[in-house]
Amino acid sequence: MNCTDEAVEKPVRLSDVKESRTARVVRVGGNGPLRRRILEMGIVKGTEVYVEKYAPLRDPMELIVKGYHVSLRVAEAEQITVDQVR
Amino acid sequence: MAPNCLSIALAGNPNSGKTTIFNHITGTRQKVGNWPGVTVEKKEGTIHKYGYELRIIDLPGTYSLTPFSIEEIVARDFILESTPDVVIDIIDASNLERSLYLATQLRELDCRVLFALNMADLARERGIKIDADKLSELLDLPVVFTVGNRNEGIDDLLKKAIELAESPTEISRRRRVKYTKDIEIAIDRVRRRLSDVVGDGPYNPRWTAIKLLENDSVVRDRVADATGDRAADLMTAVAQERLTLRELYDDDPEIVMTDERYGFIAGIIKEVVTTSTRRRVDMSRNIDLVLTNRFVGFPIFIFFIWMMFQVTFTVGAYPMEWIESGVGLLSRLLGAILPEGILRAFVLDGVIAGVGSVIVFLPNILILFFFIAIFEDTGYMARAAFLMDKIMHLIGLHGKSFIPMLMGFGCNVPAVMAARTLESEKDRILTILITPFMSCSAKLPVYIILAGAFFGARAGTVIFGIYMTGIVLSIITGRLFRTVLLRGADAPFVMELPPYRAPTFKSLVIHMWDRSKMFLKKMTGVILVGSMVVWGLSAFPRNIDYDMDYSGRIEALKAAYGTTLANAEPGERDPILRERKERIEDLQRARQAEHAEKSYMGRLGKFLAPVFEPLGIDWRGSVAIVTGFVAKEIVVSTLGILHAVDEGREVLKETLKTTGMTPLSALSMMIFILLYVPCLATVAAIRRETGSSGWMVFNIVYSTTLAWVASFCVYQTGQLLGYGV
Repeated sequence: MNCTDEAVEKPVRLSDVKESRTARVVRVGGNGPLRRRILEMGIVKGTEVYVEKYAPLRDPMELIVKGYHVSLRVAEAEQITVDQVR
Repeated sequence: MAPNCLSIALAGNPNSGKTTIFNHITGTRQKVGNWPGVTVEKKEGTIHKYGYELRIIDLPGTYSLTPFSIEEIVARDFILESTPDVVIDIIDASNLERSLYLATQLRELDCRVLFALNMADLARERGIKIDADKLSELLDLPVVFTVGNRNEGIDDLLKKAIELAESPTEISRRRRVKYTKDIEIAIDRVRRRLSDVVGDGPYNPRWTAIKLLENDSVVRDRVADATGDRAADLMTAVAQERLTLRELYDDDPEIVMTDERYGFIAGIIKEVVTTSTRRRVDMSRNIDLVLTNRFVGFPIFIFFIWMMFQVTFTVGAYPMEWIESGVGLLSRLLGAILPEGILRAFVLDGVIAGVGSVIVFLPNILILFFFIAIFEDTGYMARAAFLMDKIMHLIGLHGKSFIPMLMGFGCNVPAVMAARTLESEKDRILTILITPFMSCSAKLPVYIILAGAFFGARAGTVIFGIYMTGIVLSIITGRLFRTVLLRGADAPFVMELPPYRAPTFKSLVIHMWDRSKMFLKKMTGVILVGSMVVWGLSAFPRNIDYDMDYSGRIEALKAAYGTTLANAEPGERDPILRERKERIEDLQRARQAEHAEKSYMGRLGKFLAPVFEPLGIDWRGSVAIVTGFVAKEIVVSTLGILHAVDEGREVLKETLKTTGMTPLSALSMMIFILLYVPCLATVAAIRRETGSSGWMVFNIVYSTTLAWVASFCVYQTGQLLGYGV
């Protein structure tokens, strides 16, 4: 197994990242207030995002970013492209 | 302003402990109101300390000063327009990186900023060490450690704030975000153009230039106002700069600048924060693993809600009784003092009965708000929204709308007020508009009487169906309003899930009391006027031309029984006395019924009768419905009065059956009661919480129209299908 600290898979949507996995933000898509808001909450390019859990109904999801917990709807997380980090 | 009078604004992220600090500083000397024109709570307090009069203003908690939400607009406008002497940025020390985003924006505004690193103890526990001196040096501003809930460092904070306000030095311009060269050049060019046009005002030129490049619509409009006919040139130049930057970075300038601010922050963090590798057990995370667990998360949530309702309505029932008997006692006392007549009737039946009928809800409201305060202060409210968001989103609502809607089943007044927890104004208005379709507990007695009389054993099912109808119509209404009236993107669900915290009793009480006070103050005024009007309508005209001489009849009865009694054996007297009492009461009720029928209220009911006829509701029903506007409880008692029966439920049921009401018309009436205009107190709450009479009128018209249409459909369809008998 080649376990490096770098990205091992090609970029995916944040909504596809499984629970208890970490990913690094490549690009925040979408537009308008939502995009700006996501960025202002610190989910910017290069930030490491840990997927803490999904809500019981699989939506929204809870992330740990910069040491705090934040929830995003799955549809919103679809706009965020990430690299999975091992 | 007087020389030793300073204004201090508290800014900070939500959940940064800002309110706790504000409460500690101002104690009970705080005024809660609204910011002009919006429904965001404005809290301020004036204290005297160190020879100064300090006016402390608690700005709404925001993550940034980008004007997307009303909170952000309010906070930014206050800093820009009212120019407080000092802004204290309260920072959650365990969340420094994100908190610094707001700080960099405050810094750009060039106001005098002071940092309060709050909850430093928690940060230390989590292994985060912050070099305050370094932070202070890097950003060139004073930094104070505080522990809000233990009142530590607050005095120091105020001293530093006064010092800063009195310091004669120019505000440093060095330590702010420096953007990459191309952006800086663009900022510079826009700034120069700006000063050509407007000179030095209205705001800090660099900041204005940045906002123009960010395409900030508020600033753009204000600059356009200030520049008049030269605005067009300036805006074209700005648009050109934006275009150039967009081509250069392949993204909007505001996005690039946000990125760069975080880059700047990352640099600071690297220098001032050391995180020890030793990770302690994160209690909050463990609690959350249970409370939002896939399997037990919902059951626990339902249990909490169930408990809230249980306590609110069972424990609340005791003080309710005390208040009721207190009101009754007062009424009797005044009844004994005041002479018989119009004044007495006005005070007893109008004022005391009206206000009394609302004030009894106070215990419920206090308890409910106490629970909400616990949910909010512990951080559970955010989890409730997290759990419910998927379901609520189907209706076009936010997860947080669930609590107000649920509370609607109890009482709509606190429910409408609970919608305050929603940040987006659109979500709030939508929630407020559909909450009244949750059938409140005051409507239940009406259903029990009507369903009980006409559906017998199936009454329970029918009532359940009525409740479901309300829920379904609220969903349809929600979707409809979302697509037609309150269009636009849903509020993003980028919601912080703050760590669980043990709330302090003081803040719980302040929280609870703030909201309940609002209920008392505003509601009683409206209710007072409303119940006086309704009383007036049902009490006047005083001199009614009765069909028969009731007083004469009663006197005659008394005389007749007098003779019977005198001739009766002592042992036979009791039944005779009882019979006499009953017959006199029958007459009194008949008189009351006739009075009600011939009063203005009765005339109104008869006037409206044609409107209700297609719904299968007679004039008595229409009067009851009209009086139900004051409070839904009154519907039953009005029906009782108009049918001239004692309020005893069984009697009323029997009488209703004999007056031509059918199961179908009873169903139609229940549906009407479920949907039509909510009670006066709720309407007043809607007016208050939406901040506009427009929404209030809209709610009245919409709900009543919907009620009529729904009842019409039910009754007419039922008749066609042959259920009309």
